[in-house]
Amino acid sequence: MTPLLSVRDLHTRYAVGRQVLRAVDGVSFEVGRGETVGLVGESGCGKSTLGKTILRLVPSAEGSITLDGADITHLGDSAMAPHRRRMQMIFQDPFGSLNPRHTIRTVLDTALKVHRLGDAAERERRLVEIIARVGLPPDSLDRYPHEFSGGQRQRIGIARALILQPALIVCDEPVSALDVSIQAQILNLLVDLKREFGLAYLFISHDLSVVRYFADRVLVMYFGRIVESASHTTLWRDPRHPYTKALFAALPSADPTHKRGEPPIKGELVTTEHVTGCRFHSRCPAATDRCRTEEPVLRPLGEGHHAACHYA
Amino acid sequence: MTAGAALLSVDKLSVAFPGHTAVHEASFSISPGETLALVGESGCGKSVTAFSVMRLLPPNARVASGRISLEGTDLLALSEAEMREVRGARVSLIQQEPMTSLNPVLSIGLQISEVIRRHEKVSRKAARERAVELLDLVSIPNARNRIDDYPHNLSGGMRQRVMIAMAVACQPKLLIADEPTTALDVTTQAQVLDLLDDLRHRLGMAVLLITHDLGVVAQWADRIAVMYAGRIVEQAGIEPFFASPMHPYSRGLLGARVDVDADEHYGSHRLTEIPGSIASAAGQTGCSFAPRCPVVQAACRQAVPPLTPLGEGRAVACPVTTSVPLANRPSFPLSGAGARQ
Repeated sequence: MTPLLSVRDLHTRYAVGRQVLRAVDGVSFEVGRGETVGLVGESGCGKSTLGKTILRLVPSAEGSITLDGADITHLGDSAMAPHRRRMQMIFQDPFGSLNPRHTIRTVLDTALKVHRLGDAAERERRLVEIIARVGLPPDSLDRYPHEFSGGQRQRIGIARALILQPALIVCDEPVSALDVSIQAQILNLLVDLKREFGLAYLFISHDLSVVRYFADRVLVMYFGRIVESASHTTLWRDPRHPYTKALFAALPSADPTHKRGEPPIKGELVTTEHVTGCRFHSRCPAATDRCRTEEPVLRPLGEGHHAACHYA
Repeated sequence: MTAGAALLSVDKLSVAFPGHTAVHEASFSISPGETLALVGESGCGKSVTAFSVMRLLPPNARVASGRISLEGTDLLALSEAEMREVRGARVSLIQQEPMTSLNPVLSIGLQISEVIRRHEKVSRKAARERAVELLDLVSIPNARNRIDDYPHNLSGGMRQRVMIAMAVACQPKLLIADEPTTALDVTTQAQVLDLLDDLRHRLGMAVLLITHDLGVVAQWADRIAVMYAGRIVEQAGIEPFFASPMHPYSRGLLGARVDVDADEHYGSHRLTEIPGSIASAAGQTGCSFAPRCPVVQAACRQAVPPLTPLGEGRAVACPVTTSVPLANRPSFPLSGAGARQ
C-alpha cells in the first residue's frame, strides 16, 4: 500500500542577504494512513519550514512530495486545490491565524465555500456538527475570535482544519502557546479526533516529551536534516544520536530526587555558519576527527530505526 | 518561617487594576540564598506579584494593600528616587525575552557598564573591566572580544546570559527571574538555569523564579508557591510538594503534564485534564478553583478558603484535601472523563 505522504530528498532554501540558508537540506520520510509522525528539533532547525514546504506554502528547491500516490511537488494552484483539502494545518498561535473581523461562522463557512462543498443547508449542518465535536458551545458560531480563550481558539483552529475532512493535518507547535492544563485538553482532543476520523498527523514541536507522548514515530531534526528516526518506544529506550540523547537529558524531571547531570551539550544551534562534516560536531561531546570531515548519512540500525552518526 | 531571617517578605499583598484585582492578599517570604518558585498559568498574577516587588507596575495598577519588605526596608514606602537605588543594586529583574530588554543600538559592554556606574563611583575603564569579568562569570566564551558586540550579534541563550550579567553586576541580594528560559530551547534552558543556580551559590543571592514549568521547579527550586487566579493556593518545600501535592489545582497541574520519566504514550495513557479555563474564576464568591475542581463541595462556593499552615513550611488553601490525614487520604480522580466547558 502506498503511504499517505511520501517526501523524497526535499530541499528548501531561503535567501538571507547574499547567502543561501538551506533550511531543509535533503529530507526523506513517509507518513502512513492514520499514523502520527512527530518532528522534533530546536528553533531554527527547519522543522516548520519542512511542514510548510510539504503543504506547498513555501516553494521547494529540489525533491518531491507525493500525497496519496500523486506527485504534488510542482502542481499549479488549480490542480493543487483538490489536494489542499486532503492536508490541512493547525498553527501555534490560533489568534494570529484567525481574521479578527470574521465570526467563527464566516471562518468555517469560507473554507467550505472555497472548496464548493455542499449547499447552504448542508454547510450549516456541518458547522454546527464540527463546533460541537471540538468541544465549543453552540453559540460560538456568531462570536468573534477575541471572545475566546487561548484553548478555545485552538479548538477553532482544529475545527477549521477538520471541516474539510482531511487525511493529514500538519500541527505546527499546536500546544506550545497554551498553559499546561489546557495543553492536556487539546492533546486529548487531537487523540480522539485521530481515532474517530482515521487522521494522520505530522506533529511539529520543540518539546520532546510531548512529541514522544503523542507520536507513533519520531523524527529528530537538526540543522535542516533528519538525524534520527525511530518508533516512540525505540527512541525512548535506545536513543542513538548524541543530539537525541542530549534532548532527553535536558528535559527537566518533575521528580526533585532525580538529580540532573551536567548539561550534555554546550552552545546553541547556529544556522548561519558553513559546516563541514557532521552538522552537530561542534556541540557533540563525542566528536572525533572523522566527524569534522565526513558527513554521516542516515543509516538503518534495524527495526525501522535510523541515525545519522558514525558511531550510532 | 522566622520573620527575622527573611530577606524578602511579602505580607497580604493585593494589587488592583481598574475593574479587577490581579493579586489577592498574597503572602510569602524568601530567605537569603533561597530559590522560591512562583508557579501558575498565564493571568494568575505571578508576574504582577514580581513587578510589585520591583515597584514597576503598569500605570493603571496600584497596590491596594499589603507590605513588601526587603531586608527590613518597606519598599512600598520608598520614594521613586530611593527605589531607583534599590533596583539593580539590591534586587534585580530578568525577563523572558532578552531581546526586548536590551537596547539594540548600544554594545553589551556599554549596557553592563551603565548598570555598574549607576550604582557605584567607578571610572569608565574600571566599569568596562568589570563588564568583561561579568561576561566571563556568565560563561560567555572569549568575553574580552565579545564586549563590543551588539545584542543582534548574539544568540538567544547568549543574550539571556548578558541580561544575567547585568542583573548580578552589583551583587543584588535578590534576583527576580520572570520566565527566564521560556523563550529558549531546552538544551539552552538547562545551561542558563545551571548558570543561575551556580551564581546564587557563589554570590549568596536569593532567586524568585517565576515559571509555568513544574520540571524547572523540581530541578532548580528549593520551595514552591502555586498561584491560581491571584491567590496563593499552596506553599511547600520541593520534595514534599512533588511527593504529594495537596491542592486540587497543584495535583491537576502535575497530572496534566507528560511525565518525562515514564514511557507514557497516547495509546495507553490519557492525560489528566483540568476542565474549563482560568476565566471561570471571575466573579466567584468562594474558592476561585471551584468551577474546575474535581472534589468541590457546597461550602467551597461560599467562602474563600484561607491558606492554612500545616507545619514544616507547608500551607494549603483547601479544606477538602487537608481535612483527611495524609496517610489515610484516598487517591481521587482528578477530573471526570472528557469533562470540559
